[in-house]
Amino acid sequence: MQRILRETLAIADVELRKLVRDPTELVSRAIQPMLWLVIFGQVLSQIRGIDTGKAGYLGFMTPGILAQSVLFSAIFYGIAVIWERDLGIVHKLLVTPASRVSLVLGKAISANFRGIVQTAVIYGIASALHVPIRWELAAVLGVLLIVALGSAIFSMFSLSIACIVKTRERFMGIGQVLTMPLFFASNAIYPLDIMPRWLRIVATLNPLTYVVDGLRGLMVHGEQSLYGFGTDCTVLCFTFAVFLAIAVKLYPQLVR
Amino acid sequence: MGRRNSRGSRTPIPSVCEVFVKNPEINIRGLTRRFAQSTAVDHIDLTVSEGDIFGLLGANGAGKTTVIKMLTTLLGPSAGTATVAGFDIVSQAHEVRRRIGYVPQMLSADGALTGYENLLLSARLYGVAEKRSRIEEALAFMGLGEYAGRLVKTYSGGMVRRLEIAQSMLHRPAVLFLDEPTIGLDPVARRAVWVHLKELNKDYHITILLTTHDMEEADNLCNDVAVMHTGQIAAHGSPEALKARVGHHATLEDVFAHFSGELEETGRLRDTAETRSSARHRG
Repeated sequence: MQRILRETLAIADVELRKLVRDPTELVSRAIQPMLWLVIFGQVLSQIRGIDTGKAGYLGFMTPGILAQSVLFSAIFYGIAVIWERDLGIVHKLLVTPASRVSLVLGKAISANFRGIVQTAVIYGIASALHVPIRWELAAVLGVLLIVALGSAIFSMFSLSIACIVKTRERFMGIGQVLTMPLFFASNAIYPLDIMPRWLRIVATLNPLTYVVDGLRGLMVHGEQSLYGFGTDCTVLCFTFAVFLAIAVKLYPQLVR
Repeated sequence: MGRRNSRGSRTPIPSVCEVFVKNPEINIRGLTRRFAQSTAVDHIDLTVSEGDIFGLLGANGAGKTTVIKMLTTLLGPSAGTATVAGFDIVSQAHEVRRRIGYVPQMLSADGALTGYENLLLSARLYGVAEKRSRIEEALAFMGLGEYAGRLVKTYSGGMVRRLEIAQSMLHRPAVLFLDEPTIGLDPVARRAVWVHLKELNKDYHITILLTTHDMEEADNLCNDVAVMHTGQIAAHGSPEALKARVGHHATLEDVFAHFSGELEETGRLRDTAETRSSARHRG
Protein backbone atom coordinates (compact mmCIF):
# COMPACT_ATOMS: atom_id res chain seq x y z
CA MET A 1 0.00 0.00 0.00
CA GLN A 2 2.83 2.35 0.93
CA ARG A 3 4.57 1.48 -2.35
CA ILE A 4 1.45 2.24 -4.39
CA LEU A 5 1.06 5.57 -2.58
CA ARG A 6 4.72 6.48 -3.23
CA GLU A 7 4.47 5.61 -6.92
CA THR A 8 1.12 7.38 -7.36
CA LEU A 9 2.46 10.56 -5.79
CA ALA A 10 5.59 10.38 -7.99
CA ILE A 11 3.42 10.41 -11.13
CA ALA A 12 1.15 13.15 -9.78
CA ASP A 13 4.16 15.24 -8.70
CA VAL A 14 5.57 15.20 -12.22
CA GLU A 15 2.27 16.38 -13.68
CA LEU A 16 1.99 19.16 -11.10
CA ARG A 17 5.53 20.39 -11.85
CA LYS A 18 4.72 20.54 -15.56
CA LEU A 19 1.46 22.38 -14.97
CA VAL A 20 3.09 24.97 -12.71
CA ARG A 21 5.90 25.46 -15.20
CA ASP A 22 3.55 26.02 -18.13
CA PRO A 23 0.10 27.21 -17.00
CA THR A 24 -1.00 28.19 -20.54
CA GLU A 25 -3.61 25.42 -20.58
CA LEU A 26 -5.12 26.63 -17.33
CA VAL A 27 -5.49 30.17 -18.68
CA SER A 28 -7.04 29.03 -21.96
CA ARG A 29 -9.44 26.68 -20.15
CA ALA A 30 -10.69 29.60 -18.04
CA ILE A 31 -12.06 31.40 -21.10
CA GLN A 32 -14.87 28.98 -21.92
CA PRO A 33 -16.63 29.02 -18.52
CA MET A 34 -16.28 32.79 -18.51
CA LEU A 35 -18.19 32.97 -21.80
CA TRP A 36 -20.87 30.58 -20.58
CA LEU A 37 -21.48 32.50 -17.36
CA VAL A 38 -21.00 36.07 -18.55
CA ILE A 39 -22.82 35.80 -21.89
CA PHE A 40 -25.04 32.69 -21.99
CA GLY A 41 -25.93 32.78 -18.28
CA GLN A 42 -26.66 36.48 -18.08
CA VAL A 43 -28.80 36.48 -21.22
CA LEU A 44 -30.77 33.35 -20.28
CA SER A 45 -31.36 34.65 -16.77
CA GLN A 46 -33.38 37.52 -18.31
CA ILE A 47 -35.83 35.13 -19.96
CA ARG A 48 -37.03 33.43 -16.76
CA GLY A 49 -38.47 30.61 -18.87
CA ILE A 50 -37.12 27.84 -16.65
CA ASP A 51 -38.06 27.48 -13.00
CA THR A 52 -34.64 27.11 -11.42
CA GLY A 53 -35.19 28.03 -7.77
CA LYS A 54 -34.39 31.03 -5.61
CA ALA A 55 -30.87 31.70 -6.90
CA GLY A 56 -32.03 32.50 -10.43
CA TYR A 57 -30.80 30.92 -13.64
CA LEU A 58 -27.23 32.14 -13.22
CA GLY A 59 -27.07 30.55 -9.79
CA PHE A 60 -28.63 27.38 -11.20
CA MET A 61 -26.14 27.04 -14.04
CA THR A 62 -22.97 27.99 -12.10
CA PRO A 63 -22.47 24.43 -10.73
CA GLY A 64 -23.30 23.10 -14.20
CA ILE A 65 -20.59 25.23 -15.78
CA LEU A 66 -18.06 24.08 -13.17
CA ALA A 67 -19.01 20.47 -13.98
CA GLN A 68 -18.67 21.27 -17.68
CA SER A 69 -15.17 22.71 -17.11
CA VAL A 70 -14.19 19.59 -15.19
CA LEU A 71 -15.53 17.41 -17.99
CA PHE A 72 -13.91 19.36 -20.82
CA SER A 73 -10.46 19.60 -19.22
CA ALA A 74 -10.43 15.92 -18.18
CA ILE A 75 -11.91 14.44 -21.34
CA PHE A 76 -8.97 15.49 -23.52
CA TYR A 77 -6.50 14.01 -21.06
CA GLY A 78 -6.20 10.99 -23.33
CA ILE A 79 -4.45 13.08 -25.98
CA ALA A 80 -1.61 13.78 -23.55
CA VAL A 81 -1.34 10.06 -22.86
CA ILE A 82 -1.18 9.25 -26.60
CA TRP A 83 1.50 11.92 -26.94
CA GLU A 84 3.45 10.29 -24.10
CA ARG A 85 3.11 6.95 -25.88
CA ASP A 86 4.47 8.46 -29.10
CA LEU A 87 7.49 9.80 -27.19
CA GLY A 88 8.18 6.45 -25.51
CA ILE A 89 7.36 7.77 -22.03
CA VAL A 90 4.57 5.23 -21.53
CA HIS A 91 6.90 2.40 -22.63
CA LYS A 92 9.43 3.47 -20.05
CA LEU A 93 6.84 3.77 -17.27
CA LEU A 94 5.45 0.32 -18.02
CA VAL A 95 8.91 -1.27 -17.89
CA THR A 96 9.38 -0.05 -14.31
CA PRO A 97 8.21 -2.32 -11.46
CA ALA A 98 5.64 0.33 -10.52
CA SER A 99 2.11 -0.96 -10.11
CA ARG A 100 -0.21 -0.29 -13.08
CA VAL A 101 -2.75 1.01 -10.56
CA SER A 102 -0.22 3.64 -9.40
CA LEU A 103 0.63 4.74 -12.93
CA VAL A 104 -3.04 5.26 -13.77
CA LEU A 105 -4.12 6.61 -10.37
CA GLY A 106 -1.30 9.17 -10.55
CA LYS A 107 -2.82 10.43 -13.79
CA ALA A 108 -6.28 10.65 -12.17
CA ILE A 109 -4.90 12.69 -9.29
CA SER A 110 -3.04 15.02 -11.61
CA ALA A 111 -6.30 15.68 -13.50
CA ASN A 112 -7.58 17.06 -10.20
CA PHE A 113 -5.02 19.87 -10.24
CA ARG A 114 -6.73 21.29 -13.31
CA GLY A 115 -10.13 20.78 -11.69
CA ILE A 116 -9.10 22.69 -8.59
CA VAL A 117 -7.90 25.65 -10.66
CA GLN A 118 -11.17 25.59 -12.66
CA THR A 119 -13.07 25.67 -9.39
CA ALA A 120 -11.20 28.75 -8.22
CA VAL A 121 -11.80 30.49 -11.57
CA ILE A 122 -15.54 29.78 -11.53
CA TYR A 123 -15.91 30.85 -7.89
CA GLY A 124 -14.25 34.13 -8.90
CA ILE A 125 -16.44 34.73 -11.98
CA ALA A 126 -19.64 33.75 -10.16
CA SER A 127 -18.82 36.08 -7.27
CA ALA A 128 -18.20 38.93 -9.69
CA LEU A 129 -21.63 38.24 -11.23
CA HIS A 130 -23.24 38.37 -7.74
CA VAL A 131 -24.16 34.70 -7.63
CA PRO A 132 -24.90 33.88 -3.95
CA ILE A 133 -21.93 31.53 -3.40
CA ARG A 134 -21.73 29.43 -0.24
CA TRP A 135 -18.38 30.16 1.35
CA GLU A 136 -18.67 27.86 4.38
CA LEU A 137 -15.58 25.67 4.68
CA ALA A 138 -17.55 22.41 4.68
CA ALA A 139 -19.40 23.42 1.51
CA VAL A 140 -16.17 24.40 -0.28
CA LEU A 141 -14.49 21.14 0.77
CA GLY A 142 -17.53 19.22 -0.46
CA VAL A 143 -17.29 21.01 -3.81
CA LEU A 144 -13.59 20.12 -4.05
CA LEU A 145 -14.39 16.47 -3.32
CA ILE A 146 -17.04 16.33 -6.06
CA VAL A 147 -14.68 18.11 -8.49
CA ALA A 148 -11.93 15.61 -7.62
CA LEU A 149 -14.22 12.66 -8.28
CA GLY A 150 -15.51 14.19 -11.53
CA SER A 151 -11.98 14.93 -12.79
CA ALA A 152 -10.83 11.44 -11.89
CA ILE A 153 -13.82 9.75 -13.58
CA PHE A 154 -13.57 11.66 -16.84
CA SER A 155 -9.76 11.43 -17.03
CA MET A 156 -9.99 7.64 -16.58
CA PHE A 157 -12.72 7.50 -19.21
CA SER A 158 -10.53 9.57 -21.53
CA LEU A 159 -7.45 7.42 -20.84
CA SER A 160 -9.43 4.28 -21.63
CA ILE A 161 -10.67 5.72 -24.92
CA ALA A 162 -7.07 6.73 -25.77
CA CYS A 163 -5.90 3.16 -25.13
CA ILE A 164 -8.51 1.86 -27.56
CA VAL A 165 -8.20 4.40 -30.41
CA LYS A 166 -4.42 4.89 -30.00
CA THR A 167 -4.03 7.87 -32.36
CA ARG A 168 -4.48 11.57 -31.70
CA GLU A 169 -6.55 12.10 -34.84
CA ARG A 170 -9.09 9.43 -33.93
CA PHE A 171 -9.16 10.60 -30.33
CA MET A 172 -9.92 14.21 -31.30
CA GLY A 173 -12.90 13.05 -33.33
CA ILE A 174 -14.24 10.81 -30.59
CA GLY A 175 -13.57 13.41 -27.89
CA GLN A 176 -15.70 15.94 -29.75
CA VAL A 177 -18.46 13.40 -30.27
CA LEU A 178 -18.52 12.46 -26.56
CA THR A 179 -18.28 15.78 -24.77
CA MET A 180 -21.34 17.60 -26.10
CA PRO A 181 -23.79 14.68 -25.60
CA LEU A 182 -22.43 14.16 -22.08
CA PHE A 183 -22.96 17.85 -21.36
CA PHE A 184 -26.40 18.25 -22.91
CA ALA A 185 -27.68 14.92 -21.57
CA SER A 186 -27.19 16.14 -18.01
CA ASN A 187 -28.75 18.60 -15.61
CA ALA A 188 -25.97 21.16 -16.16
CA ILE A 189 -28.01 23.91 -17.83
CA TYR A 190 -31.60 22.73 -17.35
CA PRO A 191 -33.31 20.69 -14.64
CA LEU A 192 -34.10 17.00 -15.09
CA ASP A 193 -37.85 17.49 -14.65
CA ILE A 194 -38.29 19.49 -17.86
CA MET A 195 -36.52 16.82 -19.94
CA PRO A 196 -38.47 14.34 -22.05
CA ARG A 197 -38.60 10.91 -20.41
CA TRP A 198 -35.99 9.27 -22.65
CA LEU A 199 -33.51 12.08 -22.03
CA ARG A 200 -34.15 11.92 -18.29
CA ILE A 201 -33.25 8.21 -18.37
CA VAL A 202 -30.04 8.97 -20.28
CA ALA A 203 -29.22 11.80 -17.86
CA THR A 204 -29.76 9.49 -14.89
CA LEU A 205 -27.11 7.15 -16.31
CA ASN A 206 -24.71 10.03 -17.02
CA PRO A 207 -22.07 10.53 -14.27
CA LEU A 208 -21.98 14.25 -15.08
CA THR A 209 -25.53 14.54 -13.71
CA TYR A 210 -24.28 13.42 -10.26
CA VAL A 211 -21.32 15.81 -10.43
CA VAL A 212 -23.69 18.69 -11.18
CA ASP A 213 -26.20 17.58 -8.56
CA GLY A 214 -23.52 17.30 -5.89
CA LEU A 215 -22.17 20.74 -6.74
CA ARG A 216 -25.62 22.27 -6.89
CA GLY A 217 -26.35 21.30 -3.33
CA LEU A 218 -23.09 22.78 -2.03
CA MET A 219 -22.08 25.72 -4.17
CA VAL A 220 -24.91 28.24 -4.29
CA HIS A 221 -27.38 29.52 -1.68
CA GLY A 222 -30.97 28.75 -2.64
CA GLU A 223 -30.14 25.70 -4.80
CA GLN A 224 -30.75 22.11 -3.78
CA SER A 225 -29.38 18.69 -4.59
CA LEU A 226 -31.94 16.29 -6.02
CA TYR A 227 -30.29 13.05 -4.90
CA GLY A 228 -28.34 14.28 -1.85
CA PHE A 229 -24.60 14.55 -1.25
CA GLY A 230 -24.27 10.95 0.03
CA THR A 231 -25.94 9.41 -3.01
CA ASP A 232 -23.99 11.61 -5.42
CA CYS A 233 -20.68 10.66 -3.78
CA THR A 234 -21.56 6.97 -3.69
CA VAL A 235 -22.49 6.91 -7.38
CA LEU A 236 -19.37 8.87 -8.31
CA CYS A 237 -17.05 6.67 -6.21
CA PHE A 238 -18.53 3.53 -7.76
CA THR A 239 -18.21 4.99 -11.29
CA PHE A 240 -14.62 5.98 -10.59
CA ALA A 241 -13.78 2.48 -9.36
CA VAL A 242 -15.22 0.97 -12.56
CA PHE A 243 -13.38 3.40 -14.86
CA LEU A 244 -10.14 3.00 -12.88
CA ALA A 245 -10.33 -0.79 -13.28
CA ILE A 246 -10.95 -0.42 -17.02
CA ALA A 247 -8.08 2.07 -17.43
CA VAL A 248 -5.66 -0.15 -15.46
CA LYS A 249 -6.57 -3.05 -17.72
CA LEU A 250 -6.25 -1.06 -20.95
CA TYR A 251 -3.19 1.12 -20.18
CA PRO A 252 -0.54 -1.54 -21.00
CA GLN A 253 -2.25 -2.12 -24.37
CA LEU A 254 -1.27 1.37 -25.44
CA VAL A 255 2.27 0.21 -26.27
CA ARG A 256 1.40 -3.07 -28.00
CA MET B 1 26.34 -22.55 -11.73
CA GLY B 2 25.56 -19.40 -9.84
CA ARG B 3 22.05 -18.13 -10.38
CA ARG B 4 19.92 -15.58 -8.69
CA ASN B 5 17.83 -16.98 -5.91
CA SER B 6 14.19 -16.07 -5.44
CA ARG B 7 15.10 -12.88 -3.57
CA GLY B 8 17.22 -11.65 -6.42
CA SER B 9 20.66 -11.90 -4.82
CA ARG B 10 23.38 -13.90 -6.48
CA THR B 11 24.62 -17.15 -5.04
CA PRO B 12 28.40 -17.70 -5.13
CA ILE B 13 29.79 -19.07 -8.37
CA PRO B 14 32.49 -21.76 -8.30
CA SER B 15 35.80 -20.37 -9.42
CA VAL B 16 36.12 -22.82 -12.35
CA CYS B 17 32.81 -21.62 -13.75
CA GLU B 18 33.86 -18.00 -13.25
CA VAL B 19 36.77 -18.60 -15.58
CA PHE B 20 35.25 -20.79 -18.25
CA VAL B 21 31.45 -20.40 -18.31
CA LYS B 22 29.38 -17.26 -18.16
CA ASN B 23 25.79 -17.36 -16.88
CA PRO B 24 23.06 -16.86 -19.46
CA GLU B 25 21.52 -13.50 -18.52
CA ILE B 26 18.90 -13.80 -21.26
CA ASN B 27 17.68 -17.21 -22.34
CA ILE B 28 15.16 -17.38 -25.19
CA ARG B 29 13.55 -20.62 -26.37
CA GLY B 30 11.13 -20.78 -29.29
CA LEU B 31 9.94 -17.22 -28.67
CA THR B 32 7.17 -16.27 -31.09
CA ARG B 33 4.90 -13.29 -31.49
CA ARG B 34 2.04 -13.31 -33.94
CA PHE B 35 -0.12 -10.34 -34.80
CA ALA B 36 -3.41 -10.56 -36.67
CA GLN B 37 -1.98 -11.11 -40.12
CA SER B 38 1.72 -11.60 -39.58
CA THR B 39 4.34 -13.32 -37.47
CA ALA B 40 6.73 -10.63 -36.22
CA VAL B 41 8.97 -13.04 -34.30
CA ASP B 42 9.11 -16.66 -35.38
CA HIS B 43 10.44 -19.31 -32.97
CA ILE B 44 13.75 -17.72 -32.06
CA ASP B 45 16.34 -19.25 -29.73
CA LEU B 46 19.04 -17.03 -28.24
CA THR B 47 21.32 -16.89 -25.25
CA VAL B 48 22.98 -13.72 -24.03
CA SER B 49 25.73 -14.26 -21.49
CA GLU B 50 26.26 -12.21 -18.36
CA GLY B 51 28.46 -9.19 -19.03
CA ASP B 52 28.01 -9.27 -22.81
CA ILE B 53 27.13 -6.39 -25.07
CA PHE B 54 24.81 -8.16 -27.46
CA GLY B 55 23.67 -6.61 -30.74
CA LEU B 56 20.42 -7.59 -32.40
CA LEU B 57 20.80 -6.52 -36.01
CA GLY B 58 18.23 -6.39 -38.74
CA ALA B 59 16.41 -4.17 -41.20
CA ASN B 60 13.28 -2.23 -40.25
CA GLY B 61 10.48 -4.71 -39.60
CA ALA B 62 12.82 -7.64 -38.99
CA GLY B 63 11.32 -8.14 -35.51
CA LYS B 64 14.02 -6.57 -33.31
CA THR B 65 11.73 -4.17 -31.46
CA THR B 66 9.12 -6.90 -30.92
CA VAL B 67 11.81 -9.07 -29.30
CA ILE B 68 12.78 -6.19 -26.99
CA LYS B 69 9.14 -5.52 -26.16
CA MET B 70 8.67 -9.14 -25.15
CA LEU B 71 11.87 -9.30 -23.11
CA THR B 72 10.97 -6.08 -21.29
CA THR B 73 7.48 -7.48 -20.52
CA LEU B 74 5.67 -4.87 -22.62
CA LEU B 75 4.27 -7.53 -24.92
CA GLY B 76 3.35 -11.11 -24.16
CA PRO B 77 4.70 -13.85 -26.42
CA SER B 78 2.32 -15.96 -28.52
CA ALA B 79 4.51 -19.03 -27.91
CA GLY B 80 7.86 -19.96 -26.42
CA THR B 81 9.60 -18.89 -23.24
CA ALA B 82 12.31 -16.49 -22.16
CA THR B 83 14.07 -15.66 -18.93
CA VAL B 84 15.81 -12.39 -18.14
CA ALA B 85 18.18 -12.27 -15.16
CA GLY B 86 16.90 -15.71 -14.22
CA PHE B 87 13.20 -14.81 -14.19
CA ASP B 88 10.45 -15.79 -16.60
CA ILE B 89 9.15 -12.85 -18.64
CA VAL B 90 5.51 -13.95 -18.30
CA SER B 91 5.07 -15.60 -14.91
CA GLN B 92 7.68 -13.43 -13.12
CA ALA B 93 7.24 -10.19 -15.07
CA HIS B 94 7.46 -8.01 -11.96
CA GLU B 95 10.80 -9.56 -10.95
CA VAL B 96 12.09 -9.04 -14.49
CA ARG B 97 11.07 -5.36 -14.39
CA ARG B 98 12.96 -4.84 -11.14
CA ARG B 99 16.14 -6.05 -12.78
CA ILE B 100 16.13 -4.37 -16.17
CA GLY B 101 16.68 -0.93 -17.57
CA TYR B 102 15.14 0.18 -20.84
CA VAL B 103 15.91 2.94 -23.31
CA PRO B 104 13.26 3.07 -26.02
CA GLN B 105 13.94 4.11 -29.60
CA MET B 106 12.06 7.39 -29.23
CA LEU B 107 13.50 10.23 -27.15
CA SER B 108 11.55 9.45 -24.03
CA ALA B 109 12.94 11.88 -21.48
CA ASP B 110 10.29 14.44 -20.54
CA GLY B 111 11.28 17.77 -22.07
CA ALA B 112 9.11 19.74 -19.65
CA LEU B 113 11.15 18.47 -16.67
CA THR B 114 14.77 19.07 -15.73
CA GLY B 115 17.33 16.30 -16.08
CA TYR B 116 17.30 15.84 -12.31
CA GLU B 117 13.50 15.61 -12.19
CA ASN B 118 13.47 12.96 -14.91
CA LEU B 119 15.82 10.83 -12.86
CA LEU B 120 13.92 11.55 -9.66
CA LEU B 121 10.77 10.07 -11.19
CA SER B 122 12.63 6.89 -12.11
CA ALA B 123 14.23 6.69 -8.66
CA ARG B 124 10.80 6.90 -7.04
CA LEU B 125 9.21 4.32 -9.34
CA TYR B 126 12.09 1.88 -8.78
CA GLY B 127 12.09 2.56 -5.03
CA VAL B 128 15.76 3.56 -5.07
CA ALA B 129 17.16 4.39 -1.64
CA GLU B 130 19.51 7.39 -1.30
CA LYS B 131 17.95 9.00 -4.33
CA ARG B 132 20.00 12.19 -4.39
CA SER B 133 23.40 10.49 -4.30
CA ARG B 134 22.38 7.88 -6.89
CA ILE B 135 21.00 10.56 -9.22
CA GLU B 136 24.08 12.74 -8.87
CA GLU B 137 26.33 9.73 -9.47
CA ALA B 138 24.41 8.67 -12.59
CA LEU B 139 24.38 12.20 -14.02
CA ALA B 140 28.10 12.61 -13.35
CA PHE B 141 28.82 9.21 -14.92
CA MET B 142 27.06 10.33 -18.09
CA GLY B 143 28.78 13.73 -18.08
CA LEU B 144 25.57 15.62 -17.36
CA GLY B 145 26.19 16.80 -13.80
CA GLU B 146 26.34 20.48 -14.67
CA TYR B 147 23.12 20.29 -16.75
CA ALA B 148 21.00 18.60 -14.06
CA GLY B 149 18.90 21.70 -13.37
CA ARG B 150 18.21 22.55 -17.00
CA LEU B 151 14.96 21.65 -18.74
CA VAL B 152 15.49 18.63 -20.99
CA LYS B 153 13.91 20.42 -23.95
CA THR B 154 17.07 22.57 -24.04
CA TYR B 155 19.35 19.48 -24.30
CA SER B 156 20.88 18.25 -27.55
CA GLY B 157 19.84 14.83 -28.90
CA GLY B 158 23.04 13.22 -27.62
CA MET B 159 22.54 14.70 -24.15
CA VAL B 160 18.97 13.42 -24.01
CA ARG B 161 20.16 9.95 -24.95
CA ARG B 162 22.82 10.03 -22.25
CA LEU B 163 20.23 11.25 -19.76
CA GLU B 164 18.00 8.31 -20.65
CA ILE B 165 20.86 5.91 -20.10
CA ALA B 166 21.51 7.57 -16.73
CA GLN B 167 17.81 7.12 -15.96
CA SER B 168 17.92 3.44 -16.89
CA MET B 169 20.98 2.66 -14.71
CA LEU B 170 19.78 4.32 -11.49
CA HIS B 171 18.54 1.10 -9.92
CA ARG B 172 21.63 -0.89 -11.00
CA PRO B 173 19.87 -3.20 -13.45
CA ALA B 174 21.31 -6.59 -14.35
CA VAL B 175 20.35 -6.12 -17.99
CA LEU B 176 19.97 -2.95 -20.01
CA PHE B 177 17.87 -2.95 -23.19
CA LEU B 178 18.41 -0.22 -25.77
CA ASP B 179 16.32 0.05 -28.91
CA GLU B 180 18.34 1.78 -31.67
CA PRO B 181 20.22 3.91 -29.13
CA THR B 182 22.07 6.21 -31.52
CA ILE B 183 19.65 6.58 -34.40
CA GLY B 184 19.55 10.19 -35.56
CA LEU B 185 22.53 11.31 -33.49
CA ASP B 186 25.48 13.11 -35.05
CA PRO B 187 28.80 11.18 -35.19
CA VAL B 188 30.27 12.90 -32.13
CA ALA B 189 27.19 12.27 -29.99
CA ARG B 190 27.03 8.71 -31.29
CA ARG B 191 30.59 7.98 -30.22
CA ALA B 192 29.98 9.58 -26.82
CA VAL B 193 27.05 7.20 -26.29
CA TRP B 194 29.25 4.24 -27.29
CA VAL B 195 31.94 5.25 -24.81
CA HIS B 196 29.42 5.55 -22.01
CA LEU B 197 27.79 2.22 -22.82
CA LYS B 198 31.16 0.48 -22.76
CA GLU B 199 31.99 2.09 -19.42
CA LEU B 200 28.60 1.14 -18.05
CA ASN B 201 29.15 -2.47 -19.09
CA LYS B 202 32.65 -2.55 -17.62
CA ASP B 203 32.25 -0.48 -14.44
CA TYR B 204 28.78 -1.62 -13.38
CA HIS B 205 28.85 -5.14 -14.93
CA ILE B 206 25.58 -4.53 -16.72
CA THR B 207 24.68 -6.91 -19.55
CA ILE B 208 23.53 -4.90 -22.54
CA LEU B 209 21.21 -5.92 -25.36
CA LEU B 210 20.80 -3.34 -28.08
CA THR B 211 19.11 -3.33 -31.44
CA THR B 212 20.66 -1.51 -34.36
CA HIS B 213 21.01 -1.48 -38.10
CA ASP B 214 24.18 0.55 -37.84
CA MET B 215 26.98 -1.94 -38.51
CA GLU B 216 29.68 0.44 -37.30
CA GLU B 217 27.89 0.59 -33.98
CA ALA B 218 27.59 -3.18 -33.75
CA ASP B 219 31.25 -3.65 -34.70
CA ASN B 220 32.38 -1.05 -32.20
CA LEU B 221 30.27 -2.11 -29.24
CA CYS B 222 29.16 -5.72 -29.43
CA ASN B 223 31.06 -8.87 -28.59
CA ASP B 224 28.15 -11.02 -29.75
CA VAL B 225 25.55 -10.33 -32.46
CA ALA B 226 22.55 -11.93 -34.10
CA VAL B 227 21.09 -10.94 -37.44
CA MET B 228 17.29 -11.04 -37.62
CA HIS B 229 15.45 -11.40 -40.88
CA THR B 230 11.66 -11.67 -41.24
CA GLY B 231 11.25 -12.59 -37.59
CA GLN B 232 13.89 -15.30 -37.47
CA ILE B 233 17.53 -15.45 -36.41
CA ALA B 234 19.44 -15.66 -39.67
CA ALA B 235 22.89 -15.78 -38.05
CA HIS B 236 24.40 -15.61 -34.56
CA GLY B 237 27.98 -15.35 -33.34
CA SER B 238 30.78 -12.96 -32.59
CA PRO B 239 31.32 -10.23 -35.22
CA GLU B 240 34.63 -11.85 -36.19
CA ALA B 241 33.08 -15.31 -36.60
CA LEU B 242 30.23 -13.98 -38.72
CA LYS B 243 32.63 -12.02 -40.93
CA ALA B 244 34.71 -15.18 -41.42
CA ARG B 245 31.56 -17.09 -42.42
CA VAL B 246 30.74 -14.62 -45.17
CA GLY B 247 34.22 -14.38 -46.64
CA HIS B 248 37.76 -13.20 -46.42
CA HIS B 249 37.93 -9.43 -45.72
CA ALA B 250 34.15 -9.28 -45.15
CA THR B 251 32.83 -6.43 -43.04
CA LEU B 252 29.84 -6.57 -40.69
CA GLU B 253 28.01 -4.60 -43.38
CA ASP B 254 28.58 -7.56 -45.73
CA VAL B 255 27.35 -9.92 -43.02
CA PHE B 256 24.20 -7.85 -42.61
CA ALA B 257 23.54 -7.77 -46.36
CA HIS B 258 24.31 -11.46 -46.71
CA PHE B 259 21.89 -12.59 -44.02
CA SER B 260 19.11 -10.03 -44.38
CA GLY B 261 18.92 -9.62 -48.16
CA GLU B 262 20.76 -6.58 -49.48
CA LEU B 263 18.29 -5.48 -52.14
CA GLU B 264 15.14 -6.69 -50.51
CA GLU B 265 12.58 -4.06 -49.57
CA THR B 266 11.93 -4.59 -45.89
CA GLY B 267 10.23 -2.75 -43.09
CA ARG B 268 6.71 -1.76 -42.31
CA LEU B 269 5.52 1.81 -42.80
CA ARG B 270 5.07 2.21 -39.04
CA ASP B 271 8.68 1.16 -38.31
CA THR B 272 10.06 3.54 -40.91
CA ALA B 273 7.86 6.37 -39.65
CA GLU B 274 8.99 5.76 -36.06
CA THR B 275 12.63 5.72 -37.11
CA ARG B 276 12.26 8.97 -39.02
CA SER B 277 10.33 10.55 -36.18
CA SER B 278 13.06 9.60 -33.70
CA ALA B 279 15.71 11.03 -35.98
CA ARG B 280 13.73 14.24 -36.42
CA HIS B 281 13.26 14.69 -32.66
CA ARG B 282 16.99 14.43 -32.19
CA GLY B 283 17.55 17.24 -34.64
